[in-house]
Amino acid sequence: MEFTLHIWRQHGAAEHGAFVTYPVRGISPDLSFLEMLDILNEELVGRGEAPIAFDHDCREGICGSCAMVINGDPHGPLPGTTTCQLYMRHFQNATDITVEPWRARAFPVLRDLIVDRSALDSVIQAGGYVSVNTGAAPDAHAITVAKQAADAAFEAAACIGCGACVAACPNGAAMLFTAAKVAQLAIMPQGRPERSRRVIGMVEAMDDAGFGNCTNHYACTEACPKQIPLRFIAQLNREFLSAALSSREFVELARPHAHEE
Amino acid sequence: MNRLVRLFRTSIGRKLVVAASGVLLLGFLVVHAAGNLLILKGPDALNGYADWMQGHPLLWGFRLGLLGLFGVHIVTAVRLAHANRAARPVPYRRIARLGARLPGRLMVVSGLLLLAFLVFHLLHLTARVVAQSGNPLLDDAGRVDVYGMLVAGFSQPLIVTIYLGAMALLGLHLVHAIEGMFQTLGFNHDSYQTLIRVLAPLLTLLIVGGFAAIPLLVIGGHLHGGG
Repeated sequence: MEFTLHIWRQHGAAEHGAFVTYPVRGISPDLSFLEMLDILNEELVGRGEAPIAFDHDCREGICGSCAMVINGDPHGPLPGTTTCQLYMRHFQNATDITVEPWRARAFPVLRDLIVDRSALDSVIQAGGYVSVNTGAAPDAHAITVAKQAADAAFEAAACIGCGACVAACPNGAAMLFTAAKVAQLAIMPQGRPERSRRVIGMVEAMDDAGFGNCTNHYACTEACPKQIPLRFIAQLNREFLSAALSSREFVELARPHAHEE
Repeated sequence: MNRLVRLFRTSIGRKLVVAASGVLLLGFLVVHAAGNLLILKGPDALNGYADWMQGHPLLWGFRLGLLGLFGVHIVTAVRLAHANRAARPVPYRRIARLGARLPGRLMVVSGLLLLAFLVFHLLHLTARVVAQSGNPLLDDAGRVDVYGMLVAGFSQPLIVTIYLGAMALLGLHLVHAIEGMFQTLGFNHDSYQTLIRVLAPLLTLLIVGGFAAIPLLVIGGHLHGGG
């Protein structure tokens, strides 16, 4: 197969970027999209040019590293798929393919297709955990979890934190990510004690990180490689409203200020 | 810190303001459309209803309340839209074609055009300073002849076109608004998601249909002038 690639090249965070066109030929339909980029990079290195920088790690569709917008779709045109699990047979031969980094104020471009996604980490740090005592492992049956709760929590926990929801959202909002991370713990008994503090901290951290506001376009869930359902966003809205109106923490806990590192 | 102050500083709190004011405005639209349809019962019913409202002691309280609701709804929504634009400083070369259907993307545009229509509508039928020939006439009982005024107004094709265009915009606005309102207020569950998906276009159709019926009936010659 052969393609004409238009790829965003940007040497550094402070520099201006531009699209550069690269023709590729002799591409096997069974190559993954990332392998196709690997082959192009070999060529570029052979010619003494800088290879295209992109994030990747597991190449098994579970780490969430391989972030890029392909022909206007985060992770490419195939639903429920990460870029590494996208194959060249999913494209029409001899077509143009545009590859861009995630575009959001909260995700500054570091180089080429690599963006800084630590804004998502700041949301997790603000409450996306449960506090447990160290020591011996607890008895497996110490806390019983209903099957329905386990399944619902697992559906939210499928989020790999890739940021495709932010990339797809016309507002650059991180609601689906934050919703999944809040819900996976709020549903479980282990998450209950810190429920209010968690949702308050994570929503305010999300706002401070420079993400936009959800206006119910639902592009996020369609772009999500793990197809996290929209109802978690409604659950986040419920959790937050309930914490805001009735929890002690909302009045007593100071709002931490966003600081630049 | 005060709960409400802190709540309205967050993205979710601000969206709740838009959704909650939207629910109240939607309630107003339903009552307004239902009141309008009294025209089908004839001049006496409509003019009597209008006369009762005009003389109501809470009329100005209600009007100021509506003004406040519209103000809060529009200002908050425009501020959110402004922040949303800032959240993506560099646009995509190829726009993501996923999700994000047209009515949702046009909320601010349809909303602001509806505001322009609202101003026109108030000047037209409340203040009666545009497109109206002469002073309002009184009916046989000495009440303002709203029925006659509507028939005269909607006999002009230009006026009918403006009103029908505005109702199309209202439909575009409401179909996204009603569905989004449930989501923002936290109502979304597999067990009634289908109901919401059906309810949003149905309620939109009822409201828009109720409003649009009157100019259509007048210009179609089904409602005649004269009290």
